[in-house]
Amino acid sequence: MNNNLFVDLAHFAIYYGTPLLFAALGGILAERSGVLNLGVEGIMLMGAACARLGAAVIGGPRWVTLAAAVVVGMVGAGLTGLLHAFMTVTLRVNQTVAGLAITILAGGAGLSAFLGETWELPRRDAVTFNDLDVFGLKDAPIVGPLLFSHNALVYVSWIATVAASFYLFRTRMGLNLRAVGESPQTADALGIDVVRYRYVHVVAGGALAGVGGAFYALSISSSSWVAGDNYISGAGWIAIALVIFGFWRPDLTLVGAYLFGAFSVLSLRLQVRRIRIPLLESMPYVMTIVVLVIVSTGWAKRRLGAPAALGIPYEREER
Amino acid sequence: MIRLERRIDTPRWVTYAVPALSILAAFAVGAVLLLATGRNPISVYQRIIERGLTSPGSFQDALVATTPLLFPGLAAAVAFRMDLFNIGGDGQFIMGSIFASGIALKMDSSPNWLTFLAMIIAGIVGGAIWAGIPALLRAYAHTNEIITTLMLNYVAAHIATYLIFSSESFWRDLSGAGRQFPSAKPIPPDAEWLPLQFGSVHVPQGLVVGVIVAVLLYVLYRSTRFGFEVRVVGDSPPAARYAGMSARRKIISVLLLSGALAGLGGAADVGDTRHGLEAKSLVTAGYGYSGIVIAALARFNPLAVVVVSFLLGVLNNAGRSLQGRDFPSGLVGTLQGLILLFALGGELFGRYRLRVGRRSTGTAPSTDEPVVEGAPA
Repeated sequence: MNNNLFVDLAHFAIYYGTPLLFAALGGILAERSGVLNLGVEGIMLMGAACARLGAAVIGGPRWVTLAAAVVVGMVGAGLTGLLHAFMTVTLRVNQTVAGLAITILAGGAGLSAFLGETWELPRRDAVTFNDLDVFGLKDAPIVGPLLFSHNALVYVSWIATVAASFYLFRTRMGLNLRAVGESPQTADALGIDVVRYRYVHVVAGGALAGVGGAFYALSISSSSWVAGDNYISGAGWIAIALVIFGFWRPDLTLVGAYLFGAFSVLSLRLQVRRIRIPLLESMPYVMTIVVLVIVSTGWAKRRLGAPAALGIPYEREER
Repeated sequence: MIRLERRIDTPRWVTYAVPALSILAAFAVGAVLLLATGRNPISVYQRIIERGLTSPGSFQDALVATTPLLFPGLAAAVAFRMDLFNIGGDGQFIMGSIFASGIALKMDSSPNWLTFLAMIIAGIVGGAIWAGIPALLRAYAHTNEIITTLMLNYVAAHIATYLIFSSESFWRDLSGAGRQFPSAKPIPPDAEWLPLQFGSVHVPQGLVVGVIVAVLLYVLYRSTRFGFEVRVVGDSPPAARYAGMSARRKIISVLLLSGALAGLGGAADVGDTRHGLEAKSLVTAGYGYSGIVIAALARFNPLAVVVVSFLLGVLNNAGRSLQGRDFPSGLVGTLQGLILLFALGGELFGRYRLRVGRRSTGTAPSTDEPVVEGAPA
């Protein structure tokens, strides 16, 4: 590893930004379909608990176990997302409160803790992700730490970002999805199944948030399972803010995620170097607020606004 | 075929039936969950009622557990009533605790009643300041209050931890037990809020304050110009605009009020039970989330908030004393989440009726698409 402080910071900014990126990509899919999901925090914790279980009980070669564990996390998180879709799309309840209910239900004092205890996660060891040495370039100056020495999920997140961008802006389904989020009435008139699009993307978004949760369970917080909101330190909420920060676009969201990753690693690094700045740990949260204030000012909003139908239930009967 | 059809107005029975049935349904789903994980739901629920309410001394403990839920419940009811989603109840509660314990430490030799008043005011101020930041941002920069209030929870928790652990902090105890293990100074014994005796029951002073505040809020919303305007702004922003009411000022005052209520809860928590700042309990208590469940179940009525807080207080009381395999740690939160989901789903029966068969000709007139305030920027 190169000892250059900047390179080290950048490497770990990517590392700590990755779970945020996964969750925010999921948020983009759901919000592009017009469904606000404030349950991301709870969904990520469900993903973390399920992935942890998978990593503890599934045998086989290391990479098989890890891949399967992530899939288990995605399933658990996707099912939680399905509950949100049912509440908001079928029952058309207030999306804000439904999302909060999901977070209360699944969050650190709820189902994820319940299942973690039932599955005896604190007592189980789990297989965890290792950093790779891609093309043997791990020790190359600068580009090694930046590009070639991450764990597998980081590379998956890059593929996911490109795929999400391509899907949203270059495919027919992506176009339909954006139509559903902008004007469900128009989309419906064009023969697009609004309900199906919303269900699919809320569930897919939940599954992506589950990968983010798995990243905590199998890498960042992998030393042990501790039930509670601190296990993912509010990543779900930061991801919701990141969607706004990235103007509902995967590429900008990646930049935002790494920015927040940098805030996290900066405060950790300064603590290790015994540079004591009071309240440094709260920097990612303060920066989230600052960034939100900047993007919610008028000029930014007018140019690249939210999906027009975001937060509004679609009622076909009322067309 | 079954269809949902809009109702013109909400029938009265829905107001009572939905919250009651939501609780029952949540416990039913909880029972399935307990069964599926190899536990006996009947014995678990029996023990919740025993340890939470009926065994000797537990009614008293339930009242103690109700108090820190009542204030966040009132705070959420006030804000959510106006579609202002203040989920920073925890942070405002913590700030209230910080301010109230600070003033109690400062007023070492003042008479009891003066310290009591000062703690109440300090709690209100602390909570209102913490809610004031998102209020101003929402009113002047259109920044979505959901995320700002939530982020400030983490910041408040870090501030509390810093004040407890830092050796320069006024709150830090540097004598006695605080030397070995970092902790905050206990407030002077005279500043502690002693329970009031009603017959054989000791009622925490904070609870009495909370009930009085709930009644005041009820009157404020029912019979004052402020309450009327807040209801209009909450129900129909366009109507409020035509009537010349300033939505911006309402947003700020309602969020400040909401924060003040949560902060007052923090003061009551310090005075009643904790008698000083405590790091661990503050960060993990999750009173803010419970407050949201309570407010929704009480349909934002402050008097109903008192009743619902007691019900959830019983549950929390049981959760605190019961632990172990038969009582998994996440059960209380799971039940709360289920209650809120069922309450939300149940609202449907207020807004729609189920129709079986073909569309009739005389359906309810369609109204405009509901506009959801507070969707992210």
